[in-house]
Amino acid sequence: MAESIKIQLPLKDADLEKLRAGDHVLLSGVIYTARDAAHRRMVAALQKGEPMPFDVRGQVIYYVGPTPARPGCVIGSAGPTTSMRLDPYTPALLEAGLKGIIGKGSRSPAVRDALKKHKAVYFLAVGGTGALLSQRIKKVDIVAYEDLGTEAVRRMEVEDFPAVVVNDIHGNDLLEAGRARYRQPDRLGSYATGRA
Amino acid sequence: MKEIHVSQITETVARLCQDATRNLPEDVVAALRRAESTEESPLARQVLLEILDNAELARQEMLPLCQDTGTAVVFAEVGQDVHIVGGDFVNAVNAGVAKGYTEGYLRKSMVDKPFSTRTNTQDNTPAVVHTEIVPGDRLKLAVMPKGGGCENMSRFVMLLPGAGKEVITSFVLRAVDESGGNPCPPIIVGVGIGGTAEYSMTLAKKALTRRVGDPNPDPETAQFEAELLEKVNALGLGPQAVGGRNTALAVHIETYPTHITALPVAVNLQCHSARFKSAEL
Repeated sequence: MAESIKIQLPLKDADLEKLRAGDHVLLSGVIYTARDAAHRRMVAALQKGEPMPFDVRGQVIYYVGPTPARPGCVIGSAGPTTSMRLDPYTPALLEAGLKGIIGKGSRSPAVRDALKKHKAVYFLAVGGTGALLSQRIKKVDIVAYEDLGTEAVRRMEVEDFPAVVVNDIHGNDLLEAGRARYRQPDRLGSYATGRA
Repeated sequence: MKEIHVSQITETVARLCQDATRNLPEDVVAALRRAESTEESPLARQVLLEILDNAELARQEMLPLCQDTGTAVVFAEVGQDVHIVGGDFVNAVNAGVAKGYTEGYLRKSMVDKPFSTRTNTQDNTPAVVHTEIVPGDRLKLAVMPKGGGCENMSRFVMLLPGAGKEVITSFVLRAVDESGGNPCPPIIVGVGIGGTAEYSMTLAKKALTRRVGDPNPDPETAQFEAELLEKVNALGLGPQAVGGRNTALAVHIETYPTHITALPVAVNLQCHSARFKSAEL
């Protein structure tokens, strides 16, 4: 089993400096949720100079649209959604001071450049483990865009929330490096050489 | 002629929606355990352990395995000696989806007006219903809650008729390789070969209803499945694409005769949360 690094949020410069692609972390503290519709509104607000639903400076955004909470529960199942869909909106938020993102899957070259430039980290949480992740979420409040339902912006307090560093501030990319390390081109036939 | 009341259909679909979204089929759990025991990458093993823990927790706590409780894809095999009474079949299925998703605290992800307002229908209806008329007097219902992350990675191509296995192989490998972590590997790769354009995609989806790793009954197709699985796993993506040996749990191929001019090939990916439950009335 991989060793886990415990991180207390918000992310400090020393944390950002030290984290490397491939590190397994346990995050504790405050994170904010936002996905497609909320991103469209937040970036529109930024462009018009209107107020944001929360001050993104130094914060972490989690791409999640949870299932409804059962009575007496804090939240329902709450795993990450595909990050790629948020790529067009992400550089603007990084420029505004966002320091961490949690999602799943890889990011566009533009987002990777922006992460490096603005010294921010992209984590993945394991997609399809929404039940497990929900147990690490201790408190949830809707802070904006309540009309968006599952896509509303929520403030969450998490404890030992498991994630993996994909893109660090030094320009490393776990998904690229992992694929390269475990790739077996000799077993891929003509696909490896691009002939078919 | 056997009579089945629509209320039975509604109740069964509602129960299957909840059961499928909380209880991972035992064949999928077994395949994930095998993957964990063979995985070389420590980080990939950690990912697989979190996936297995999640399945256990979801079962115990009656929580959805994944927050994306999907489009309700319903497969119905209707015996030709069955008479459905008391209402309309498709309405009964949709009533079951609405009941299952509402009472089960499942996420409602369906939106109407897909190219304009994208308004949530509020109860996860309508289902996508595949109905087949079969011999006998039974009605078999199966529910596959299909997540958006993996469905978005679907591919289709009309190849030249003589393209053969090599070109199909490259098409499938490219589909998996370029989808990276988006479909939540380790995945099940459904491949439909033959028929017409739309039918090959249906075959690819149906391929995902097979028990994980059960080979196609045709030996030549089963051989092709084994070859493709080895190659898909040689891509090195691994669980959640962090790098590793287990990119796919299985490759399932379904075929159908096709036109002399054609070779339709469709790929439909299933995430590791391969949710599927069936019942017979």
